[in-house]
Amino acid sequence: MFLSTNYAVAYAVKSCDVDVVTAYPITPQTTVVEKISEFVADGELDAEFIPIESEHSALSAVIGASAVGARVFTATASQGLALMHEILFIASTMRLPVVMSIANRSLNMPLNIHCDYQDMMASRDCGWVQIYVSSAQEAHDTVIQAYRLAERSEILVPVCVCYDGFVLSHTYEPVEVRERNEVLKFLPRVERPNVLDPRKPITMGVMALPDYAYEFKYQLVDALTRVPRALEEVDKEYERTFGVGYGLYEEYKAEDAEVLLITMGAIASTAKIAIDEVRKAGIKAGLFRPRLYRPIPAELWREKFERAKMLAIVDRTISFGAIGGPLFTDIASLFANEAERPLMMNFIVGLGGRDVTVKDLVEIVRTSHKALEKGRVERPCVYYGVRGVEYGE
Amino acid sequence: MESSAFKSIKDLPKVEYFSAGHRLCQGCPEGIIARLVTKVLGPNVIVVSPTGCLEVSTSVYPETAWKVPWIHVAFENAAAVASGVEAGIRALRRKGIKFVGEKVHVVVLAGDGGTADIGLQALSGALERGHDFVYICMDNEAYMNTGIQRSGTTPFKAWTTTTPVGAKWRGKLQLKKDVVSIAAAHRIPYVAVASISHPLDFANKVKKAAEMEGPAYIHVLAPCPTGWRFDPSKTVEVARLGVLTGMWILYEVEVGKFRVTVPVPRRRPVRDYLRIQGRFSHLTDEEIAEIQKYVDEEVERVNKVVGYEAIGPLTK
Amino acid sequence: MTELKKWYEMPIGCTNTEPGSSLKNLTGGWRTFTPIVDKSKCTKCHLCWVFCPEGAVELEEDGFVKINYSYCKGCGICANECYPKAITMKR
Repeated sequence: MFLSTNYAVAYAVKSCDVDVVTAYPITPQTTVVEKISEFVADGELDAEFIPIESEHSALSAVIGASAVGARVFTATASQGLALMHEILFIASTMRLPVVMSIANRSLNMPLNIHCDYQDMMASRDCGWVQIYVSSAQEAHDTVIQAYRLAERSEILVPVCVCYDGFVLSHTYEPVEVRERNEVLKFLPRVERPNVLDPRKPITMGVMALPDYAYEFKYQLVDALTRVPRALEEVDKEYERTFGVGYGLYEEYKAEDAEVLLITMGAIASTAKIAIDEVRKAGIKAGLFRPRLYRPIPAELWREKFERAKMLAIVDRTISFGAIGGPLFTDIASLFANEAERPLMMNFIVGLGGRDVTVKDLVEIVRTSHKALEKGRVERPCVYYGVRGVEYGE
Repeated sequence: MESSAFKSIKDLPKVEYFSAGHRLCQGCPEGIIARLVTKVLGPNVIVVSPTGCLEVSTSVYPETAWKVPWIHVAFENAAAVASGVEAGIRALRRKGIKFVGEKVHVVVLAGDGGTADIGLQALSGALERGHDFVYICMDNEAYMNTGIQRSGTTPFKAWTTTTPVGAKWRGKLQLKKDVVSIAAAHRIPYVAVASISHPLDFANKVKKAAEMEGPAYIHVLAPCPTGWRFDPSKTVEVARLGVLTGMWILYEVEVGKFRVTVPVPRRRPVRDYLRIQGRFSHLTDEEIAEIQKYVDEEVERVNKVVGYEAIGPLTK
Repeated sequence: MTELKKWYEMPIGCTNTEPGSSLKNLTGGWRTFTPIVDKSKCTKCHLCWVFCPEGAVELEEDGFVKINYSYCKGCGICANECYPKAITMKR
């Protein structure tokens, strides 16, 4: 089918036989829930569709439904995700297998409806599994994988599937919509131990004093350590069933790369063209696209990044007051105790939906390469493309 | 559960679904309410509570006073969580996965802060969407759990820590927010006002609300000894005086029909209710007269609506 | 002093899977005043049983009430509400 990423997500939700969906409109996610409401209205999806009165309530209601054992879904972006912020932490520490899709959009102010990752990055500590995709097909497949991952009994962590607002959410691609019966076989219903059931009454969402609170939080830390391996297994099984797998990352000409461009989402697709172009000019560049962002698959990343001499880390978000963006900070911490480590430069790009072109990415690789040749990084964080900011080496 | 009303205290179910050992204050009305509500509804219930005295005092790990399924999520979203619980049960039942042929009541036990102020949006949304649940607001007329701060339902001129009595202020400057009318304006099937001092009336309202399809809202008076400043032995007595002075009229609105369920033929002056509480100890005679006037007007309005003198005249 | 549980000994998801475990907490220690029931005055109305916030007033087979002193916090509601004054609070 020829679908936008939003619709690809909606079709995936339909196949997954979800029980409860809460819907609140926010650009650029709205068409996800609109499409799902059409499925429910036509009887193609048997689910309780709750047109909820705010995003905060959207996630709260989905937590309530998940707590009784239902399979749930909601979608949001930007201010809506920010409004849900306190509830995000609750969903993960309550170990509920909620799946949510985010059409990444900038945060106010100024009000901007276009793409950057500020929304999810501002909440990246919430304890959810965070996967960033770079195509409609991948979004479709990842939503299905997300349920499988979240519902595994040794995981039970909520998962969010993130994709570029407008750039991916509203652009159309050919998508292989997975056959519903195959999806249902891939996602069998599993009895969860801790649910609300009069036959086995439990108390959920307890209060804990300093003597117990840390232990509850550590349980989530422990569960997250199992996520990278579990996602790999889910992905392999998905590949066996549907013929397509994605792994925890995507690489392009990275094996012998001296300058490794690291970026997530749709920019990575554009970057491949830039890599080819700079290679023609003699720079040994490569691309690494993290797919699993949280929890950080630290071993994997360190192994992949220590091969290069310069990491050109492209963040499509801003972390005010920090030394660099989130990806930069995460990657820098990987090498905190290593004597030998690649040089790192951070490029803050594309905020508020500003287009990131092949030309921009070529420039970014060249700038990093120049710093590599000098053997020194003058300015670790470059606010790339701001009118009035000079950054040339 | 029989569909006939409880006729006497002896008819109330005996099994306890709310354990002792919780950390509520001595004489706390929320303990009385939690025991009574869970008794009336029995084990096939899921209780949702927002953050508040009841939640905090009954669920400190590793102790829990709840012998029925109970969930707490956050402060302002009890009605939203309950909406999700109800929808989840409905979907799972329809798909034949769980709860098939079983009736599970979804009940919210919330404080006034988490209902009238921060929780009002979620409540309004849930009522408007028509979820099948019972929302019980335990009104102790302030944010008691954080130490007696004023809420929208704090009554006129009451002392709280954020409406203190000083040279310029004399307690709360605004009138009490009428959350019950807000709930009724959503045209839900059942809205009621109850008091712990009239347990049979309260129990029957809870039963009726649960048996009815669709949303139900019950607002129950919960005098707080710690916050209202009276001896813990007087909790039920204070509630009774609230009813007998006409400050708290016990009524129900069933599918639009307004009915006073506990008529008060001989009404006591509000002074009897106000003087017993430390939070009103600063009131002058003029201020009490002003409050008396508000009560007189409300009594007159209600009597007009029901068409007879349900709440009688003042008697000494 | 009971030993504190380790993180892997606790149920996951901030849940408590032992309903009614608050019974471990003997709130009878909170009392200053203690209710004493005089059966000769008791009319078995059971209002004290309804009004106890702890559920510490228990109904007996014969319809009389018994105070569970392990949990009674001594609030005095039962004595205050008892119409025939069958319950008195003693220090």
